[in-house]
Amino acid sequence: MIRTENIWKYFEDDKPVLRNVSLHFEQGKTNLIIGRSGSGKTVLMKCLVGLLEADKGRIFYDDRDFSAMGFKARKVIRKEMGMLFQGAALFDSMTVEDNITFPLNMFTRMSRTEKKKRVDFCLDRVNLGAVHGLLPSELSGGMKKRVAIARAISIKPKYLFCDEPNSGLDPPTAILIDKLISEITHDFNITTVVNTHDMNSVMEIGDTVAFIHKGDLWWTGSKDDVLHTCNKQLNEFVYATELMRTIQNQTQEGE
Amino acid sequence: MKLFYHIGRYFVLLWLILQKPEKTSIYRRQVIAEMDYLGLDSLGIVAIVSVFMGAVVTIQTAFNTDHPLLPAYAIGFATRQAIILEFSPTVISLILAGKVGSRVASEIGTMRVTEQIDALEVMGVNAASYLILPKVIASVIINPALVIISMFLGISGGYMAAALTDVVPLSNFTYGILFEFSQFDILYALVKTIIFAIIIASVSGYFGFYTRGGALQVGHSSTKAVVFSSIYIILFNLILTQILLA
Repeated sequence: MIRTENIWKYFEDDKPVLRNVSLHFEQGKTNLIIGRSGSGKTVLMKCLVGLLEADKGRIFYDDRDFSAMGFKARKVIRKEMGMLFQGAALFDSMTVEDNITFPLNMFTRMSRTEKKKRVDFCLDRVNLGAVHGLLPSELSGGMKKRVAIARAISIKPKYLFCDEPNSGLDPPTAILIDKLISEITHDFNITTVVNTHDMNSVMEIGDTVAFIHKGDLWWTGSKDDVLHTCNKQLNEFVYATELMRTIQNQTQEGE
Repeated sequence: MKLFYHIGRYFVLLWLILQKPEKTSIYRRQVIAEMDYLGLDSLGIVAIVSVFMGAVVTIQTAFNTDHPLLPAYAIGFATRQAIILEFSPTVISLILAGKVGSRVASEIGTMRVTEQIDALEVMGVNAASYLILPKVIASVIINPALVIISMFLGISGGYMAAALTDVVPLSNFTYGILFEFSQFDILYALVKTIIFAIIIASVSGYFGFYTRGGALQVGHSSTKAVVFSSIYIILFNLILTQILLA
């Protein structure tokens, strides 16, 4: 479980990007952070993984105070993290196999055969076949994301972070990636945090949902609650598309 | 104030670079790869520049010291001293600052703007150390070797110029090359080269590591890396010359 307590983050003195955000992300569940572009989702995720320092507040990983830890102590927790970046962030000079093997080489004493088996398992888990020798530049957007997931799960993480995992993907591939994240979360009992502004993702995989608006935490609940909330800002966000408005109208007519 | 900010951040980066590596065997492999990328790839340009500069120094010295009171061997002596004391360690380091510095800054800068460095950090890898330390070690090993080769080729270039142009009799030139040779001059040149190697790799790494933005900023970082590495080389050349030769 990951818990944040009263997180504040400023980039300019008088303009907080995050205001007093307290959340908890449950183990074995896909925890979604939703909100409009510029709402502070990515900043919150970067604070969670330590790429940015929160100006105030604390972050706990299974009751271990991450925000109070030094560089070396944090490395222990970071070895338990996997992250899927918006642009996949694969090492572009390495092949797919080398990308997935990298954390294994760095942090394990696995033999060559064990590493090969682990790479095959991870690629199989993300439904990718013979791509071992390809460079990231030779992969499609969806394949890159799947390789990034394979790399993230190669060291069996306890915490998985996904920043806009299906941005720039066609709808079927986006659903495939979403389902993959959800399956991995439940199969391996990982605490997964996903940043998204895609309502399809919310409805597909959102076990818990937190809505952030202009740096404030406005709402938390489940994906079913999202559709029936009275929160004005969340309603505007959820029913922003014509498709969602049509569904809303049909539901109301049916009632 | 910005200067102090950069100096402070540079030393923080150096502290990060010097942390204990996650896995020494991986770093060792990286050092060998970097020696190839940063050193052996530069051998061609170092060889060409050294031979021609050696030849030009010989011819220039011959034309500018054409005086009956100056012995002919002075041309060989001046060529040797110019090449060993200044040309090979300093000019070759400046050339490497251009070639290697831009490469290091753009490589690391591109990794920064494509979130590859963030990916390393989230994994728990000390990205500064993993990316920059092997480059510093490789430069410290390979640059002195390049400078020794440059010294040999520079003096050979001077010898060829003497042989082909008859500006000085070969026997006099050879005598001048050997005249009052001091091993300390080589030591002095190598000490300078090692300091310059650290400057090139770490300053370029610094500009690459703290790149923000996109392709344009990677280009800016690359340019800054070359400019500042060159300035620091020239500055430290003065300081080291004063310390070691005074």
